[in-house]
Amino acid sequence: MIDEYNLSPMQLDALKEIGNIGAGNSATALSQIINKKIDMNVPKVAFVPIEDVPDLVGGPDVIVVGIFLRVYGKAPSNILFLMPEKSAFYLVDTLMGRPQGTTKTLDFMDQSALMEIGNILSGAYLNAFFNFTHISMLPSIPALAMDMAGAILNVVLVQLGQMGDQAMVIETEFLTEDEGLSGHFFLVPDPGSLGTLIKAVGVE
Amino acid sequence: MANLIKVGMADYKVGRSPSTLISYGLGSCIGVSLYDPQTKIGGLLHIMLPDSTQARASDNPAKFADTGIPLMLNDVLALGASKSRLVAKLAGGAQMFAFANATDIMRVGSRNAEAVKQILKRNGIKILAEDTGGNYGRTVQIDLNNGVYKVKTIDRGEKEI
Repeated sequence: MIDEYNLSPMQLDALKEIGNIGAGNSATALSQIINKKIDMNVPKVAFVPIEDVPDLVGGPDVIVVGIFLRVYGKAPSNILFLMPEKSAFYLVDTLMGRPQGTTKTLDFMDQSALMEIGNILSGAYLNAFFNFTHISMLPSIPALAMDMAGAILNVVLVQLGQMGDQAMVIETEFLTEDEGLSGHFFLVPDPGSLGTLIKAVGVE
Repeated sequence: MANLIKVGMADYKVGRSPSTLISYGLGSCIGVSLYDPQTKIGGLLHIMLPDSTQARASDNPAKFADTGIPLMLNDVLALGASKSRLVAKLAGGAQMFAFANATDIMRVGSRNAEAVKQILKRNGIKILAEDTGGNYGRTVQIDLNNGVYKVKTIDRGEKEI
């Protein structure tokens, strides 16, 4: 039995590596779509007190666009891709071939395009995950919201809140070379899923 | 300049005039305020979940409606508020993402609102106003000088309840 709240340094490293491969795959996909070089940081894998999670993206009242996917399978999880509204506008302008600065609000088509990006990024992430863990993980269709970061993060946090006071987050930050687009990719395994993932990479 | 006191997620604060208590970025969470207009003593609680008995483990009673409300109630009474004069207001309880097959956890916002109202009623506290539901986030604050409860949103402006 793996104690999810008390992982060894090696187990944390293994999770970091899974996150790294997943996020690397996503960043490559995104880079190809928008034809820009993308930097990403080494994933943060950590237990964070639930109430501190909004601070990871700049505070609970920062306006962000969030794309949310539920992940089904043997290790159910949530995926949340958060970006500042400016980045979302930048991404939409790039995708739609409009001059930068055109988009000021997100219409139905813009939202749809962003959700598709969420789809592609999650697919790339989970594919890499599968190659590594051989646990198949199927994403739901994406949902999108533009609102306060705290409110959007609520969605993943309430579930964890039912189990404990800490959230295990695997978080990667993206940034394009021109700094027009930045974002945070969160994989938040359900309680119980972490153990499954760790077992799958053989560092029990 | 009046004193602005921040209330985090799964937390509560109590105080007296001229302080203002504020909590940022509520989604499915609920901001519950208690206020005694005579002594101008009150509190603000930011709960995440309705029921602590359904949770596996938690060291934080302020996370739940059923344990958080009595906790805040005790503290405002200890500061000198009178239970018979206390009035409550609440806001939040949204469902941020719409899914066709929304699970229970997705609908936690409306369950939170129900639980809060039930527990306030059980404690004999009058509910003066509420602004719950919808699919948008809220920042809430209560001014302990006059009991005005402000709800700020991104696309739907600001209102007082």
